[in-house]
Amino acid sequence: MRFLFKTDYQRDIRLFKHGGQMFWYSALALALIAAPWLLSSYWVSQFIFIWIYAIVSVGLMLLVGFTGQVSIGHAAFLAMGAYTEGYLYSLGWPFALSLTFAALIAGITGIIVGLPALRVKGMYLAIATLAFGFIVEEGVTRADGITGGNSGMMVGSLQVFGLPIDSEQRMYYLCLFILALVVLGVMNLLRSPTGRAFVAIRDSEISAQSMGINLAYYKTTAFALSAAITGIAGALYAHKLRFLSPEQFTFLQSIELLIILVVGGIGSIYGAIFGAAFWIVVQQLIVIAKDWLPPAIGQQTGLQPTIFGLILIAFILFEPMGLYGRWLKIRTYFQLFPFYRKGMFRRQKSYMKSERLK
Amino acid sequence: MLQFLQLVASGIAQGCIYGLIALGFVLIYKATEAVSFAQGDLMMLGGFIGLATTVVMGMPFWIAFIATLIVMLLVGMLLERAVLRPLLGHPSFTVVMVTIGIGFLSRGLVTMIPFWGTETHVLPVPYRDEIVRVGGKDGLIMSMEHIVVIAVTALLMAALYLLFKHTKIGIAMKATSQNQLAAFYMGIPVRRINMLVWGIAAAVAACAGLLLAPITFVHANMGFVGLKAFPAAVIGGFGSIPGALVGGLIIGVVEMLSGFYLPEGFKDIAAYVVVLIMLAVKPTGLFGENLSKRV
Repeated sequence: MRFLFKTDYQRDIRLFKHGGQMFWYSALALALIAAPWLLSSYWVSQFIFIWIYAIVSVGLMLLVGFTGQVSIGHAAFLAMGAYTEGYLYSLGWPFALSLTFAALIAGITGIIVGLPALRVKGMYLAIATLAFGFIVEEGVTRADGITGGNSGMMVGSLQVFGLPIDSEQRMYYLCLFILALVVLGVMNLLRSPTGRAFVAIRDSEISAQSMGINLAYYKTTAFALSAAITGIAGALYAHKLRFLSPEQFTFLQSIELLIILVVGGIGSIYGAIFGAAFWIVVQQLIVIAKDWLPPAIGQQTGLQPTIFGLILIAFILFEPMGLYGRWLKIRTYFQLFPFYRKGMFRRQKSYMKSERLK
Repeated sequence: MLQFLQLVASGIAQGCIYGLIALGFVLIYKATEAVSFAQGDLMMLGGFIGLATTVVMGMPFWIAFIATLIVMLLVGMLLERAVLRPLLGHPSFTVVMVTIGIGFLSRGLVTMIPFWGTETHVLPVPYRDEIVRVGGKDGLIMSMEHIVVIAVTALLMAALYLLFKHTKIGIAMKATSQNQLAAFYMGIPVRRINMLVWGIAAAVAACAGLLLAPITFVHANMGFVGLKAFPAAVIGGFGSIPGALVGGLIIGVVEMLSGFYLPEGFKDIAAYVVVLIMLAVKPTGLFGENLSKRV
């Protein structure tokens, strides 16, 4: 067991709480940097998807897990980022600039979507984002002058500061680097007053307001930041897939992003990354399983949604804290061995929090 | 003018479907303050059960109709008991996610039925392809499917109204939806009431599915119509039963009209544009109650 003796206030907000953490994170970083040399290019490609999804999930987690605002239209921001990048790329803009612009445009859209959040909350807000998602999807289909409409849009491979990103390995490093930047940025944000305000809003809007937090300002900020991060991921997504079409950014995509959060564990950055990794791995496992399952089951188109549904329901019923919660439990078990008890992470009995006036 | 009326009439029929699905949301929301995203998929399930009872088991349509409603009532109650009751008291986001899971699961399972799930089916109904002229020879033309939709919706609304107004169980439901704890103290079996509410919501969804089936066919993805019922419920004010129907009618008519008078593409998003305007102008909806919360 490790005991942390905090000798000054700065230690409370350190990114690495102790030397052990620093050691393990460095080891993880080294392993991730070495990975492209050790893995086949197929798995490197899957890792790229994991990083891109992780960026989106971190962005969505900032909104759902830390600010408590549900968005069922996040694929719209992904689309905004992807199409902005694709369009600016075709105009020949340098990557650093077009990536910034993709984030900016997605962020501005985020502000627009956040505006209803000033008046409505809870499910009403969720439905407003849902509506927005559908409108963007239709808009992308109709604006075929820019987006190519239903016939899609080709995006070439990119160059970063003169260095061509033409192999999977280079793409891997680019995505990993941007993911690291995003995670560090969000972690820093969360220990700043802005991040604290987000968490306060999540826990209780009324008490946050009573403590002088400007709800309108912080909710809009949360939407804008979340959308901007998603926009960055969208830009990378465009270059990874090389082909964009409206059916990649549907309602189902938004739902998948939410499932990633629930499976990973709502309310932690680890959860976002675990969830993204789990999601991609499960999809690959389904593809692999299709080969050795009897064709009557394996060739079914319904196999994937069935498994997704089962996973989602099972997680909510049996592990509501998600993969990260499971990891915490296992870690605590070994840290406290043999003193771990079953009820240590049991939720406090929570009663229905009514949104209505009673 | 006649054309306009024609559009409004078919809009109303379509709106009744939205209204019925929205009614399911509203019933569940009123009782448990949870929003069910599985409503559209329950509707699809209803369509398929209707197909099974009429085509495979060979029941006459109206008996099959009743049988489907009863089966779906049980399915809804079973869902509540198995999946939703353990989540009682959890944040509403959790319940939303679990209903999304139920939606995925039922869509996946239906697709997996061999030879059936992936196909598009026609539900044989006795009133198929009949046309009624309203108001003389040059009057309004209504297809029988649309008339049945409107008539059954009206009947169902009347039945629910009577249920909530005059029966003991309906009044118990109303009490539960107003204050669970107080209802519990009054000796109302809150859990059983919740179960029944989910059952009724599933049955209403199945009813919508059976009514929609002759118009659009039965297939595994027909549940996505349910996504247009959210705007309907919001426009009506999420907690109001007549509001759900009115919201549905508004969405249906607006959709039909925009499909005809506006450029292509507006038909699919008309519902969402209307709901965004509604949320900006009057977030509580037409018949909504005050949403401010007591500390």
